[in-house]
Amino acid sequence: MGAPMSGNGGKPWAPSPPPGHVSRGRLERVLRSGQFAVTAELNPPDSADPGEVLRRAAVFEGWVDGVNATDGSGANCHMSSVAMCALMTRAGYSPVLQVSCRDYNRIAIQGNVLGAAALGVSNILCLTGDGVQVGDQPEAKPVFDLDSISLLATVKQMRDEGRFLSGRKITEPPRLFIGASENPFAPPYEFRPMRLAKKLAAGAEFIQTQYCFDVPLLERFMARVRDLGLDRRCFILVGVGPLASARTARWMRANVPGVHIPDAVVARLEKAGDPKAEGKRICVEIIRQIRAIPGISGVHLMAYRQEEAVCEIVEESGVLAGRKPWRRPAGAASDAAAVMTLDEALESGVDD
Amino acid sequence: MPAIRNPAAYEPQGRAPRPARKGGLPAWSVRHARFLARLYAVSCAAVNFSAPLLRRIGLERLEGAAALLERETKGRFFDCRMCGQCVLSATGMSCPMNCPKALRNGPCGGVRPDGGCEIYPEMTCVWVRAWEGAQRMQAEDAILQVQTPIDHRRKGASAWLALLRPIGGKP
Ligand code: SF4
Repeated sequence: MGAPMSGNGGKPWAPSPPPGHVSRGRLERVLRSGQFAVTAELNPPDSADPGEVLRRAAVFEGWVDGVNATDGSGANCHMSSVAMCALMTRAGYSPVLQVSCRDYNRIAIQGNVLGAAALGVSNILCLTGDGVQVGDQPEAKPVFDLDSISLLATVKQMRDEGRFLSGRKITEPPRLFIGASENPFAPPYEFRPMRLAKKLAAGAEFIQTQYCFDVPLLERFMARVRDLGLDRRCFILVGVGPLASARTARWMRANVPGVHIPDAVVARLEKAGDPKAEGKRICVEIIRQIRAIPGISGVHLMAYRQEEAVCEIVEESGVLAGRKPWRRPAGAASDAAAVMTLDEALESGVDD
Repeated sequence: MPAIRNPAAYEPQGRAPRPARKGGLPAWSVRHARFLARLYAVSCAAVNFSAPLLRRIGLERLEGAAALLERETKGRFFDCRMCGQCVLSATGMSCPMNCPKALRNGPCGGVRPDGGCEIYPEMTCVWVRAWEGAQRMQAEDAILQVQTPIDHRRKGASAWLALLRPIGGKP
C-alpha cells in the first residue's frame, strides 16, 4: 500500500528521525526549531466509528502542531488512545499518545508503546491518571503498576537502549518524543519544580501542564524552574482552555482532580453578559501572559466540548505569529479515503 | 441508602489507609524524620554487619520472624504496607505505599488545595508529608532519586532481609 519510503536501511515504513531529533514527528521539529508550539486535546468518541475521530481532528487542522488523544481521562471509558492515534496517523495528523498508569500494567504498556510506534505515532505523554473514583465506573480495579516517572524511564529505556524492562532486546526501538505532565497549581508547591526535575531525569523531553487559570502561581513555578535550569532541558507547554460559564468553572473545580480556578476568574464569568465569550477572552488573555514568561515553549489547549473554539483562540492570541501549522494539502485523501484504506486493508487478504 | 464505599476497590495495596489517623504515630514519624532516618541507617548497617551470622542461620528460616517484627514496628511508626522494598529514607519517612495510587516517585497532579489526597480527601497526601519530612532529613535530596518500578513478588516479605538479597534477584 502506497509508495515505500526509503532512508532507513531498506525498511519501508520507518525513515530515521532527522539529525538531533529523537522522533520523526512534527511536534518535535517545531519545538526544536524554537517556535512557539500549539497542541490541543482531542476528546475521544464513545463510538466505534472512525469518522468521528477524524471529524474531530479536522477541526484543529492548520492551527495546532500536535493533537493529544486522551486515554480514559477523568477515568471515563471512551475509545482508546492508541486507536485514535492510529486513525489520526493514517490521515496525516501528528497525534500525541497518552498513556495512563491507572489502566494497564507494565506488560500492557510496553506492548502498546511498540504498537503505537509501529502505527506511526511519534509522541507519547506519560501520565499517572486520575483515580477510578471520579469516573463512570468507580468499581473498577485501579492498576497503578508503574507511576508516571517509572513509565517515563521505561519508555526511554525502550527507545534509547532498545530493551524492555526485563532487559530483553527490541529489534526496532520506538522512536518517540517523550512527554510528561506537571501540575504547578497543586500542593506541595515547592516540590513541584523538583518533581519536574525528576521527570526530566527519567526521560521527559516535553511537558504539558494542567489547566492554568492562575498566572502569578505559574510565574512563581517558572522562576524556580529557571533557577534550576530546567527550562533549557525540556519544552514546557502550558495547559489552557476556555470556561463556558461560572457553573462549569465551579463544577470543574469540584470534580476534576487538580484543577485550580481562582475566585476572581469565576466572578468574572458570573458578571459577564455572555459567559462563553468571556471565557474565551480570559483564555486568550492568559495565553498572551504565558507567552511573555521566559522558558515557556508553547500552549496546550484543552477545550472540552468547545473544540471549535480552539482555532479562534489560537488566532486571537496571535501566538503562531503568522506561522501556519500543517494541514492536509488540497486534494489529499479525504477522511473518507483514510477510512477507506482501512476497509481496503481489511478486504485485501487480511482474513480475520 | 447510605453510600457504601468500598475502599478496597480503590486500593492497589489491598488495604485502605486509615483516614482517622491524620495525626498519630506516622505523623510523629514525619516530624522526627531526621532522627528516624538515622535510626534507620543504623538498623540497615546492623543488618549488613550481622549478614554473615544471618546467612549462617539462613535467610529463609529468619523470614517469618523478621517480617513479623517489621510489620509490628514499622506498621506502627509508618503505617508500613510491607511492600518488601523500603524507600522510607527517600520519602521523608512517609510511607508511599499509603498513597492509593501507590506512587513511589512523587505526588500526582490531583492533590487538593488543602494538601488532601485526591482519592481520600480526609487523608493528607503522603507526598505532602514526605516533602515536609525530607526537609528535616540530612539527605534532603534523596527524595529526588528516581525509584524503579516496584517488584510485586516482594510484597509481604521483610525489607530488612531484602537488603541481603541480590538486587533484582528472586524475592
Ligand atoms: S517497606 Fe514499603 S510499605 Fe513498608 S514502610 Fe517501607 S516503603 Fe512503606
